Amino acid sequence: VISVDISAAEKLPGVRAVKIIKGPGSEIQWAFDEVVGVAAIDENTAEDAIRKIVVKYEKLPHFVKEEAIEKAGKNAKPAAEQVTGDPDKGFQEAEVVVSGEYGISVITHCCLEPHGQVLEWEDKNLTVYPSTQNVSGMAGQYAQPLQMPASNIKVRMDHVGGGFGSKFGADGWGIESAHLAKQAGAPVKTFLERDAELFVAGTRPSHFAKIKVGAKKDGSLVAWHSESWASGGLTGGGMPPIPYVLNIPNQRKIHTAVVTNVGASRAWRAPNHPQACWLTLAALDDLAAELKMDPLDFYIKNLGLAGVRADLYRRELLKAAELMEWQKKWHPRGDATAGHLKRGVGLGFHTWGGRGHDSECRLTVNPDGSVVVALGSQDLGVGTRTVLAMVAGETFGLPVEAITIQIGKAPDYPPSGASGGSTTVGGVSSATRRAAVDALDQLFSKVAPGLGVEASQLEAVGGKIQAKGDPAKSLAWKQATAKLGVTPINTTGKNPGEGKLIDSGVGGVQMADVTVDIETGIVKMNKFVAVQDCGLIINEKTAESQVFGAMIMGVCYSLMEERIMDEYLGRPLNSNMEFYKLAGIGDIGDFVVHMWKDDPEQDGRGVIGLGEPPVISPAAAIGNAVANAIGVRVPRIPLTPERVLAALDKKGGLTS
Amino acid sequence: MKAFEYASPTTKEQAVSLLSAQWGETEILAGGTDLLSLMKDYLSAPKRVVNIKGIKEFQGIRTSAAGVRLGSLVTLEELLDNQWVKAECAALAEAADGVRSQQIRNMGTVGGDLCQRPRCWYFRGGFGYFPKGEGGEDLIAQGENTYHAILGNSGPAYFVNPSSLAPALIALNAKVRLFGSQGWRDVAAEEFFVTPTREGEREYVMKPNEILGEVIVPPSKGLKSATYEVRQKEALDWPLAAASVSLKMNGKAVQEARLVLGHVAPVPWRCQEAEKALVGPASEERAAEVAKVALKDAKPLSQNAHRVQLARVALKRAIVQATQGGA
Repeated sequence: VISVDISAAEKLPGVRAVKIIKGPGSEIQWAFDEVVGVAAIDENTAEDAIRKIVVKYEKLPHFVKEEAIEKAGKNAKPAAEQVTGDPDKGFQEAEVVVSGEYGISVITHCCLEPHGQVLEWEDKNLTVYPSTQNVSGMAGQYAQPLQMPASNIKVRMDHVGGGFGSKFGADGWGIESAHLAKQAGAPVKTFLERDAELFVAGTRPSHFAKIKVGAKKDGSLVAWHSESWASGGLTGGGMPPIPYVLNIPNQRKIHTAVVTNVGASRAWRAPNHPQACWLTLAALDDLAAELKMDPLDFYIKNLGLAGVRADLYRRELLKAAELMEWQKKWHPRGDATAGHLKRGVGLGFHTWGGRGHDSECRLTVNPDGSVVVALGSQDLGVGTRTVLAMVAGETFGLPVEAITIQIGKAPDYPPSGASGGSTTVGGVSSATRRAAVDALDQLFSKVAPGLGVEASQLEAVGGKIQAKGDPAKSLAWKQATAKLGVTPINTTGKNPGEGKLIDSGVGGVQMADVTVDIETGIVKMNKFVAVQDCGLIINEKTAESQVFGAMIMGVCYSLMEERIMDEYLGRPLNSNMEFYKLAGIGDIGDFVVHMWKDDPEQDGRGVIGLGEPPVISPAAAIGNAVANAIGVRVPRIPLTPERVLAALDKKGGLTS
Repeated sequence: MKAFEYASPTTKEQAVSLLSAQWGETEILAGGTDLLSLMKDYLSAPKRVVNIKGIKEFQGIRTSAAGVRLGSLVTLEELLDNQWVKAECAALAEAADGVRSQQIRNMGTVGGDLCQRPRCWYFRGGFGYFPKGEGGEDLIAQGENTYHAILGNSGPAYFVNPSSLAPALIALNAKVRLFGSQGWRDVAAEEFFVTPTREGEREYVMKPNEILGEVIVPPSKGLKSATYEVRQKEALDWPLAAASVSLKMNGKAVQEARLVLGHVAPVPWRCQEAEKALVGPASEERAAEVAKVALKDAKPLSQNAHRVQLARVALKRAIVQATQGGA
């Protein structure tokens, strides 16, 4: 930044505050970085004022297209190679070796509700109304840069319109808006425009890899070699967990982080897993094709490399195959039927942790019978409120309507972790269960003498407290709570805590059935099957909805979604909802979701998060289905018509 | 959005008197599906917006022996709902159906579809109509041009004409009626579009103080017509290529053809050599051959060679669709 002139903006009627954020001498690293902040009486006035600000820049060299690693120069930061076993010997022993180059583009979180917040000062106190995945963690992020005690900051949020891992922080626009609100002496509302939302409010890094993989003739995997690169903006991008799920015996992995002048990447549902899943399973699918093996047989043969969940994967693969009618639909690579429409099937599988985060629940049973569950958590639209009401309701033998859920406020409610990494449901449900059990024990103690039953012999069912198995000795819920007199029961439940209520570690399998028009390269989804393990399911409808949502997102990023940068301008060209393409209802095909309840010990595992796992496999399943349909690998996700036609052209299979 | 004066005249004469002779000073508002986004993005900052929705004369669909007269305020949804249009102008109904947004079909008008500005992402991003680098480099030719023109693209315009209806109207030999201070003037739909060569020009021959009031489609007299769009998505999405055709058939042979490509050039692209080549017995093989003729002069930019193939497919499929039952 050479100079900043804000004088004309300051004079515009309706402008209440103008603040230079990056003054002369600052270095701007990417388009849409915060340079000057303006607060005005309405959005149009603020926009007009921004256009009156004159900033002079000196243009510095920039690099924005990381797929071209050969052009990266000093922006490429190679890491030390990682070796497991003896890869050279592994490849010598391999009887079939395939190699290829695969990639998956940068996508953005594209939250329908953009990032932003309303900020209001009252003397030395600040109230923040953010769009966030992190209610309890928000105050501390404002306190430090604003040099004020976190205890003076209140956070309020009832609903959030999408986060996907991009809404944990206060963000630069949040902090600067707090300064502007103070300067303006008025509340300030700041929400990103769509273009900034798509460019600086979160991206999922791309990943690229040259992969060589070797197997014995019987399909047993023996060696892996990968040279990968990725960019997450200024910080480069780490190596995805490849080879994914299958721990191939002999490996050599070389990774290069590429620094780019773009808005920083943020956690995107199952960070690094979708990329790792695609890179690995595309290469392995190519190997299975070379071996002339059905991928289902190939993977079942190699599941010994999948560790503790090998048998779960085997049974999930068979279940998915049954739901997909895989045996009927699968054919060797290249649909041999005549005509321009080619059909194929493909599969992917994935894993995730999903252990519940730290959480604290304050539960109140009032003498009038009302029950309040309070946590400083948030509902991202996935059913957190529903799940909390069910856990407390079932513990007390009450319908969900009888439970009042209070979330979305801090510090009013006890702290709960940020909603990321599929950690929420395990954290909040176990904290609530513990608080509810404790409260119920206290209630039992109060009513036991009157019923002439030991407290330990009471149960809460059907809106009553009764002697176990003896409804004759009972009190209606409200009669029971009336015994509390004037003092409510207040309990606190925490996670982690006593007893095994939650677990970590799941596996899932997905299969896609697609039709490809080989004259246009357009891929249509016919059917998409997901088989997903997540331990004890609290609410099946919202659990299935999580999987449906992930599959829709998966179709979007597999077929159409990607950020397009202009190399010269260093700017994105499609940070809008017109050319940043997302699927509509007519583009997704038929979905089948099978929640894994097929093991008797499944419920005993306890609750495991579900936000990430089902979004991992779509590219592998859909990309492999396309290869099965057209007989050639389309190496880059998303599978746009251009890339499908290019792959067909290379094969010499193009017709018109 | 810059503050502006808003006028809502009820006659076409009043409306014309409110329009400036300079582009950019005034804008015409009908459905608003394009104008509002242009204004929000500061790509248009008129002093006055003239809402023509109150002009009854520009509304409605009327059929007569002279053909069908579409008021410029007819919405895409009204076109789709009209039985005459469906029966006599399949190409036009299919083109309207290609706009896969109920909201846009409800609001968007025939006149607005023809006059909408290019969707070029450099233009829409505020980088200019003919974006250039500091050293005069042609940013589109060296940049992200996958959605840009493959025909008529010798520069400086590389955008593609975005109209959904124009190829169909040209194939159906329609004319566009413009109203100005001197009264009505008629322009063949094909002559309506031009490739601008200077900043500040528009993509059509209409003057800043004229209004597109009507479109006249001549009687079909048994013509077979069809539109085929190659779109990646079923949901709202711009075609990667489109073709509208109208064929005069004699049994199973083509006697006369009008073939028009959309979304491939700065103007809707009439394929006259291919039209002649199509005369004769109709077959899918012949349609494919003719499509090759239509695209033989295509000069793709650095990233859009695949769209030559897509344009061939669009044309082949539109011809096959028309010969197999188009109206």
